[in-house]
Amino acid sequence: MKMTKFFAWLAIAIGVIYFFVPLIGTFEFSLRMRRGEYSFDAYDSVFSDAAFRATFGFSMLMALLTIIFGMLLIVPTAYWVRLRVPQMRPVMEFITLMPLVIPAIVIVFGYLRLYNSSSYIPFTGSTFGTNVLLVMSYITLSLPYMYRSVDTAMRTIDVRTLTEAAEILGAKWPTILFRCIFPNVMSGVLSGAFITFAIVMGEFTMAALLNRPAFGPYLQLVGANKAYEPSALAVIAFAITWLSMGLLQLVSRFSKMAPSRA
Amino acid sequence: MGAGRPFSSSDRNTGFMSTASSSFIDRRTVVDWLGVAPFMIFALMFLIVPTFYLVVGAFFTPEGTFTFKNIADLFTPTILSAYWISIKVSFASSLGGAIIGFALAWAIVLGGLPSWIRSGLLTFSGVASNFAGVPLAFAFIATLGRTGLVTVFMRDWFGVNLYSTGFNLLSFVGLTLTYMFFQIPLMVLILTPALDGLKKEWREASEILGASTWQYWRMVAMPILWPSLLGTSLLLFANAFGAIATAYALTGSSLNIVPILLYAQIRGDVLHNPNLGYALALGMIVITGASNVLYIWLRMRAERWQK
Repeated sequence: MKMTKFFAWLAIAIGVIYFFVPLIGTFEFSLRMRRGEYSFDAYDSVFSDAAFRATFGFSMLMALLTIIFGMLLIVPTAYWVRLRVPQMRPVMEFITLMPLVIPAIVIVFGYLRLYNSSSYIPFTGSTFGTNVLLVMSYITLSLPYMYRSVDTAMRTIDVRTLTEAAEILGAKWPTILFRCIFPNVMSGVLSGAFITFAIVMGEFTMAALLNRPAFGPYLQLVGANKAYEPSALAVIAFAITWLSMGLLQLVSRFSKMAPSRA
Repeated sequence: MGAGRPFSSSDRNTGFMSTASSSFIDRRTVVDWLGVAPFMIFALMFLIVPTFYLVVGAFFTPEGTFTFKNIADLFTPTILSAYWISIKVSFASSLGGAIIGFALAWAIVLGGLPSWIRSGLLTFSGVASNFAGVPLAFAFIATLGRTGLVTVFMRDWFGVNLYSTGFNLLSFVGLTLTYMFFQIPLMVLILTPALDGLKKEWREASEILGASTWQYWRMVAMPILWPSLLGTSLLLFANAFGAIATAYALTGSSLNIVPILLYAQIRGDVLHNPNLGYALALGMIVITGASNVLYIWLRMRAERWQK
């Protein structure tokens, strides 16, 4: 038993070294901008860069739109599949897993060929169209996470009884959906939203190939041209990921403690 | 690959096709199917048709005649070496991720450690498995790059110059080491429930029957765990194979892996044949698809023991 404990601590020690050294290294590097002493100059430089604010804002907006439209698409569909067409569930599982199988670069390659300015649906012909396509591509990327978290949340409530009760009380479809189903799967919606946010904020491939001024391509550009700012940006990006995941854990822990209202 | 799937349920009597083709149209059935229509249209437009377009395009010349030449052209030295490096990096990082991830998962489930370590590691894994892309490359440049923390530390304290020993972050080893940062946490997250599923009774039973620890692991635990272990490794493999942002930010275009080659092809037709680009994409789908199909199959086997 003593040996077991020793090896367990050894494994943890190796893990801690492997995970923390790069994080410490990044943080230390980001403070080295001023020669001979530690300073937050690199952060100053990042925050005062207009391109940083512009791309960060753009990606925030894209993430927000992805979450809103993604959830408007997925929650009603997941609800409908559970209620009326349960035989579609394997198909839904299959489709929502596909973005994990098909690399993002392949998907966006298809978009560029299919929706170029000389095609029937010229999404990439205008800035607005390209932004729409970008949001759609992000919804596609986050499909596995959003669908799964919503579907898991829906498993804990009795969709059929809830719907029948609402119908008996005279509720119409929009009321059932937005005042009955949505609030009950809010924990799933939120955890899907946080993970989507983390994915969209750092996403590079889609935005770079669709030529949109998002945060991911900006990071790459800074990385290719500057020395200390990239580390500061990596620290910021890690903080964003940590924040989204932390909120996700908080939501899932909170929803586990709350009694099922079904 | 799954393009025909949404309509394949037409053989069932509630199917969309049979409803539409029969003269009697049940209103409720039509409404049922209309409810999933928005999602299906979305999936077709932004997932299935774009992929299918590339897959079909791989078998045609730019002029539109059927050919196997694009597929045959994949077997030229440049493209083959790109696939080979990609496979090597993905394999090495998934193997490394599997071994260390397994050790960590084992330590928190069976190592008898305080429980805060378990929750701490799982929380951290949730974050780290999503910390990929460009910032991850920055983190490793700041750590193991030419003026990175570890490089400088080794030089000043031990007099070892990492870069004169042949190590280079912008290489196979460097990329593998970097990828493992998101591979290990993913392994921990998927494997911890599997290890939790090992029942105490199995261990006790084997001990009563006189088995040693080694025999228990070899003859009881491993046969139960290997589908999860191998399946998750395949998932990690596919995960690394399709990743581009980290590699691109780390190495620019100096390391010739498939996603970077495809990126260059999309940007500027470096292969001088747009349809060869489709074949390149098809090759990626085949490799990630095959490892995922194997993963799903292995997971179904693994779940037999988790009920």
